[in-house]
Amino acid sequence: MKKILREYLWIILFGIFILGSLYLGFEPGKMIYANFKHFFLEMITFLPLMFLLIGLFDVWVPKERIERHIGHGSGLTGMFWVIVLAAVQPGPLYGAFPVAYILYKKGASIRNIFIYLGAFSCMGIPMYTFEIGFLGLKFWFLRFLFSLLVFVLIGFIMEKYVGRDFKVKSGTGR
Amino acid sequence: MQILISISIVCLILSLIVDQRKTFEGIKRGLKMFLNLLPALLTVLILVSIFLYLMPEKTIAKYLGAKSGALGVMVAALIGAISLIPGFVAFPLAGILVSRGVSYTVVAVFITSLMMVGILTLPLEIKYFGKKAAIMRNVLSFLGAIIIGLAIGAFFR
Repeated sequence: MKKILREYLWIILFGIFILGSLYLGFEPGKMIYANFKHFFLEMITFLPLMFLLIGLFDVWVPKERIERHIGHGSGLTGMFWVIVLAAVQPGPLYGAFPVAYILYKKGASIRNIFIYLGAFSCMGIPMYTFEIGFLGLKFWFLRFLFSLLVFVLIGFIMEKYVGRDFKVKSGTGR
Repeated sequence: MQILISISIVCLILSLIVDQRKTFEGIKRGLKMFLNLLPALLTVLILVSIFLYLMPEKTIAKYLGAKSGALGVMVAALIGAISLIPGFVAFPLAGILVSRGVSYTVVAVFITSLMMVGILTLPLEIKYFGKKAAIMRNVLSFLGAIIIGLAIGAFFR
């Protein structure tokens, strides 16, 4: 309960501010409310469908089976599988660090570890519903293409310059 | 919008035919993610509503619009690098910004930098990969984000 209250504190305060503005006829408050209403209505029509697709994606994609391919095969196949693995796991970049450690333990190359991080940050199939919905198919396609080129390139650069003593640690300080 | 509705309906029906239990599990997970996200999303919508009230469209066009040049790109890249906004919030935000005259270049740089560069999480990243590799990855990603954004923007002229 306390947590919910904290998360919604600003929203509740904003609600009070808006109600007050409408009641007192405070112009800036009314205009801010007009903005908010417009954005909110737009979101609320899109979001339930997007989350429906994301939820279905989550239950139907066999992530464990994809994971089994990691570490095997170098070159293009290895690269392909780390990118696929990254693309089916949505989330913030720091969520990828523990997985990068597992990839390292499984024998993935330095290049593929950093390609994984790049793919994890740039790609996320569930996120594509949002990107296409709010910015359009053209934007999505261009970003997909250019980010792919850039993070693969970063993988190659990292492998070349990161040095021989490179290790991925478990993150717990050991 | 129509496409989204049709795709959702087709996926839902297919999923129901193949496995009802799994479908409900999926709906439940989607709903849970939605509820988790809601406060962050509402907060950002509030901030954007206030921001757009304070910043007239002319000002936005000048500093973040198509003719804003290097300044807009740098600002977008830096804000993206230091903020921690989930993609589920960032894309609606980006959609609003574009509709209010912020250029696609600026939005693309912001989104890409937000996703690839993590200044706030750098200490954590160093724990995993060491100082050299973590800093190198962030610097390369920062430059990469600007390149990706400029390349995308070039197709929206």
